[in-house]
Amino acid sequence: MKTLIATSLLALLAASPSLANKAFVSNERGNTITVVDTDTWEVIQEFDGGNRPRGITLSPDGRKLYVCASDDNLVRVFDTETYRELESLPSGPDPELFVIDPTGRHLYIANEDDNLVTVTDTETRTVLAEVPVGVEPEGMAISPDAKWVVNTSETTNMAHFISTEDYKIRHNVLVDQRPRYAQYTDDGTRLFVSAEIGGTVSVMDIAPDGTPTLVDKISFEVPGVLPEWLQPVGIKVTSDGSRIFVALGPANRVAVIDGETLEVLDYIIVGQRVWQLAFTPDQAYLLTTNGNSNDITIIDVAAEKAIKSVQVGQQPWGVVVTPN
Amino acid sequence: MVQSLPSSLQPDKRYRLQFASVLLGLTARNPTIQNGRREVIVRQIIAPLLAVLLYVGLAGHASALDVKAAVLRIDYPRLLPISRYDLRPEDLGFAGAMLADEDNGTTGTFLGHTYETEQIAVPPEEADAALEQILADGIRLIVVMAEGRDLLRLTDRAAQDDALVLNATAPEASLRSEECRASLLHIAPSNLMLADAIAQFSVWKKWDEWFLVSGSNYADTSLADAYRRAARKFGLNIVEERVFADTGGSRRTDSGHVLVQRQLPTFTQGAKRHDVLIAADGTDYFARYLPYHLSSPRPVMGSAGLRPVTFHAAHEAWGTTQYQTRFEALSGRYAHAEDYNVWLALRVIGEAVTRASTVDAQAIRDYALSDAFELAAFKGQKVTFRDWNGQMRQPILLYDGMITVSVSPQEGFLHQVSPLDTLGLDRPETECTSFN
Repeated sequence: MKTLIATSLLALLAASPSLANKAFVSNERGNTITVVDTDTWEVIQEFDGGNRPRGITLSPDGRKLYVCASDDNLVRVFDTETYRELESLPSGPDPELFVIDPTGRHLYIANEDDNLVTVTDTETRTVLAEVPVGVEPEGMAISPDAKWVVNTSETTNMAHFISTEDYKIRHNVLVDQRPRYAQYTDDGTRLFVSAEIGGTVSVMDIAPDGTPTLVDKISFEVPGVLPEWLQPVGIKVTSDGSRIFVALGPANRVAVIDGETLEVLDYIIVGQRVWQLAFTPDQAYLLTTNGNSNDITIIDVAAEKAIKSVQVGQQPWGVVVTPN
Repeated sequence: MVQSLPSSLQPDKRYRLQFASVLLGLTARNPTIQNGRREVIVRQIIAPLLAVLLYVGLAGHASALDVKAAVLRIDYPRLLPISRYDLRPEDLGFAGAMLADEDNGTTGTFLGHTYETEQIAVPPEEADAALEQILADGIRLIVVMAEGRDLLRLTDRAAQDDALVLNATAPEASLRSEECRASLLHIAPSNLMLADAIAQFSVWKKWDEWFLVSGSNYADTSLADAYRRAARKFGLNIVEERVFADTGGSRRTDSGHVLVQRQLPTFTQGAKRHDVLIAADGTDYFARYLPYHLSSPRPVMGSAGLRPVTFHAAHEAWGTTQYQTRFEALSGRYAHAEDYNVWLALRVIGEAVTRASTVDAQAIRDYALSDAFELAAFKGQKVTFRDWNGQMRQPILLYDGMITVSVSPQEGFLHQVSPLDTLGLDRPETECTSFN
């Protein structure tokens, strides 16, 4: 069995013939969702995504697409096969970013205008809790054991650690200016938080009981680029933890960071104002949304090189890829 | 700028009480302020009530702190502005303070910090007494909205009680140079920063030949000085200068536009060939009339046309939509630059309290001037202070009355410390010695 999987993985890497996945891209200004085939890298569909679609995620089985329709003040749900709108979920006002728990039952939604994190049940379509957080909540992360949800607040400049047991904040960690995104490693022992205006990524060690300790701050430097434009936003970490990818906004680059030494190894040039990132399920490719050039860049993860860009809708914001 | 709110913009429930109180006194339509008659003292104190309930300890920041500040606004006798869009709301600046208290207070709930800001509006002759009262109340963090000479007098008095003053409105260069004070931080950009912002855009456009038209009042001539300096600094050429004397003309009402349409082409005719007209009108009595009425078909920049501003209500980049939404829900109107400046002044205090865990005015000043200080202010990059004269470094928006047309510093204007230091007085140029 193991050999079989290994062989098919190899085959996939070598030619990747079938087993195409779909990437869904939310277009903030165009109010649409673009669907891209991750085999041919061609746009196969573009459909109405509600008003100002930003955060975008999938149910664990890949059948349902959830979209934060920020200006509609709700989460829209679409069928990933037919692209039909199925239902909508209450989200609280101005939902921007969210995370879904591994069971697919709970959505944790940042309400940017209301200083709240809303917890929504995807089955009963009801709000389970509203957690008051700092000013302008944005980044959302969930620990692999689903015991913790982390929210970052852009004007308060904190990462808030919310226990999913009782929806109470247990820890607050001050980070640099305008924290945009939070990401755990797959083993749950580390958390990364990007600070757009501070220009840093805060690194926290996470104890077995979930307690965070700030251990390092990663900063960036690119010759010929003003330091002011190195604005970290989206973060993804490979499943083995060896590489961290950080989107640098108006610097039009994705930083490649060594997961062990936390040193920046390289900067990959992508489209303009790079915002969010998503891996394909095999982590062979990393997709970036480029808000000002209206495209996504495909990065070959092993080679750490950009291989292609695909035109999508107006002002692409978020991206998610269906699981295998 | 459009003053009325879209009908869809309803105040949030939580803010309804404050909204009602603001509505009662919306002075954009209240003539008493414009005439500078005796004004009531407005005091609004908002205490974040949830602080104790929500307070969750943060290692090393566990001490409870109560931050008290004041906004002191002097309401000068003023003529009506040329445009109704420039009418001053009664809660000008104060609405920014309310938002800052909310923002700081929300952060404070996680640290055990509370924020209260008193808001006081007085005519010029009552300013000193108002300051005495603020100091007697034990407040040592004071945001002042006043003209330069009053600001300096108040700052000197406040300094005797070790209070820190933050300048939210006065633009004079001298306050950042020979007249600087160690206990005075400038949130408002200087005339020099504003003029440099326009000059850089002019260079970028290759509009090298300027026709400078200035007013005859002190506020106008000091602005004209800033534009002359900016032209020298960036290699632009002032080919012609004229003064539009303030003879006490009337506001553009009834048939006024007929006279404007006839007089201004005459006033501007025969000027040497120029790319752009630069208007220096710090008093707001003529510049608004210039666009479309010149003898030459040239754009206007400065006090009309494309204006350098610190903030405007249509600005949306860098997450500013969120600021606008919060402000409008709270105040029931659009934000003015003065509101933003007061908000920013109090956010500076909030940031220093959060990071340095202190309410001491001197310690807050020192933290704000230190390398550790940085603040996100919806300008696309962090704002910091010049530690040689207390001026906040910040990008300047170039605004046409509807949208942000551009933002200075312009691309390619480099500086060894920060591109922001290409705007205004740089360290070698200032005559300020109080910060040494």
